[in-house]
Amino acid sequence: MKRFGPRLFLHIALLIGGIIWIYPFIWMISASLKKNFELFNSGLSIIPKEAQWGNYVRAWEEANFSGYFFNTLIITVFTVLIVLILCALTGYALARVDFPGRKVFIFLITATMFIPKGYTIIPIYMIIKNLGLLNTLGGVILAESSSAHVLFILLFMAYFSKLPKELEESAVMDGAGFLRTFWTIMLPLSKPIIATVAIMQFIWTWNSFFIPLIFTLNKPELRTLAVGMYSFVGEHSVDWVGMAAGATISLLPVIIIFIVFQRFFIEGVSGSVKG
Amino acid sequence: MAEVVKKTNSSTVMKTNSVNRLHRKRKIWAYVFIFPQLLFFIVFTIYPIIMSYVYSFYDWPGIGALDDFVGLDNFVRALQDPSFWNAFKNTFIYMIGVTVLLLPTSLLVAMLLNNVLKRSTVFYRTLFFLPVVTTTAIVGIVMRKVFGAGGIFDEILLTLGIIDAPFAWLGSPVTAMIIVIVVGAWKFFGMMMVYWLAGLQTLPKDVLEAASIDGCKTWQKLRYVIIPILMPVALVIILLCVTSSLHVFDLVLTLTGGGPYYSTDVVDLYIYRYAFNPDLGLPSMGYASAAGVVFGVAVFAIVLLLGWLLRKSRI
Repeated sequence: MKRFGPRLFLHIALLIGGIIWIYPFIWMISASLKKNFELFNSGLSIIPKEAQWGNYVRAWEEANFSGYFFNTLIITVFTVLIVLILCALTGYALARVDFPGRKVFIFLITATMFIPKGYTIIPIYMIIKNLGLLNTLGGVILAESSSAHVLFILLFMAYFSKLPKELEESAVMDGAGFLRTFWTIMLPLSKPIIATVAIMQFIWTWNSFFIPLIFTLNKPELRTLAVGMYSFVGEHSVDWVGMAAGATISLLPVIIIFIVFQRFFIEGVSGSVKG
Repeated sequence: MAEVVKKTNSSTVMKTNSVNRLHRKRKIWAYVFIFPQLLFFIVFTIYPIIMSYVYSFYDWPGIGALDDFVGLDNFVRALQDPSFWNAFKNTFIYMIGVTVLLLPTSLLVAMLLNNVLKRSTVFYRTLFFLPVVTTTAIVGIVMRKVFGAGGIFDEILLTLGIIDAPFAWLGSPVTAMIIVIVVGAWKFFGMMMVYWLAGLQTLPKDVLEAASIDGCKTWQKLRYVIIPILMPVALVIILLCVTSSLHVFDLVLTLTGGGPYYSTDVVDLYIYRYAFNPDLGLPSMGYASAAGVVFGVAVFAIVLLLGWLLRKSRI
């Protein structure tokens, strides 16, 4: 009871700080519902006189944010799937089988995180180009899934190595092979890690800018939301409320995903400090 | 008797045989399982690391054969280019600015959430973490509007009477750099806070209680108990903050484009211009690679230095 006063004060301070903290997003959503002239003449008022849903229609249809949205969605979903498959398989093999070369493999993937490297995106760009995948969604997906995912592999590995040996043995008794044991028994048990990896990769890929920018330079129709937004500012720099609508379309999905699944995301991020 | 022994032997042999077969099968499956990742790893990690060095010795526009070997010319050119050093300097100013702003503030808020407001941790954590999960490029574009002349930031300052005429915050070198640092710090704050929260969880509770019983004040507890224990974690957190801010790109490109007059230009943006956005003629993939190697080695040196400090702090 004694500390109720200071604690209340702290709550108020943090709450005000928090609102200022996310004020740019509040301003963005408010601007997306205003008229262009209203944006400059209404002072600090957050609430628009009349919600201008037309801004969203204009961004979605005329500025092609619908196309950008689906490009981003396709790239993100496929990247998440590829990364999940690669990391779950690798983590499982490393955790459950003591094969020759296992330690070398773990050493190599961790070592590449720490050795000095140059501008590695140029060789990756050349590989994608030589595969004939430049300016295709496939090329962007491949480049997005290309990093070594050391954290994710280690997460899967740590989880799979904690599962009891008896699970596997009883599966073998029942006549299940390696693949079936993995697919029907072990993989379903790793749902928490699948969720963590999927959410983290989803947010990273959705927010990615550099890779889609350089891999879709000559194909405007393949742009993602971030790249589309960047070029939109160049082309329609007067339509600020349309821009705000586009920005809201781009950010809302990832904000919602984060708020709903934040437990998994925070766990993954915390893991990189503890590990 | 002898026959029984023989029988047992042969059955153990059979058993070991089948166990061996099972083991071999498991190993083969393990190789099958790591194969896709290994392929990705060789093609998209090992090969690019090697080639990032190889390209830097060639004069090469990215088209045609890689046959114009120029030795160290690209490196000499990069090291003699004032705009490379300008970008280099700006990158370090940004890194130091962000790290200095973030370290104490994110630790403070993390400690408040961890020790005082335990029950509402999730709520505030979500609030302060929100900028982290948003698209940096889009945030940069929105912030360009917020801090532009006549933007909402000007509006607020005018209303509060702090300034009496709109000011183009991104139009002058010093304020532009400050805005880039502040926005970058704001964007990364939640990440640092979560790192600290993870680190604070590792603090042994009994030691803290013992310190409290011994009559330590909060400040003394922080100075003599918490900070020494947290030192190794702190260095990992500093390392993560430093390496991430040295590779700032999305934010600068969208917020200032490196301007005004290259006053917020950073190394990754400088390299990008030579490799992918050649305003003058052909791209220079070789030169961009050389600049990338120079910067990569510089970043590596800093990581080594921090790693050395980390090892020292653990003893």
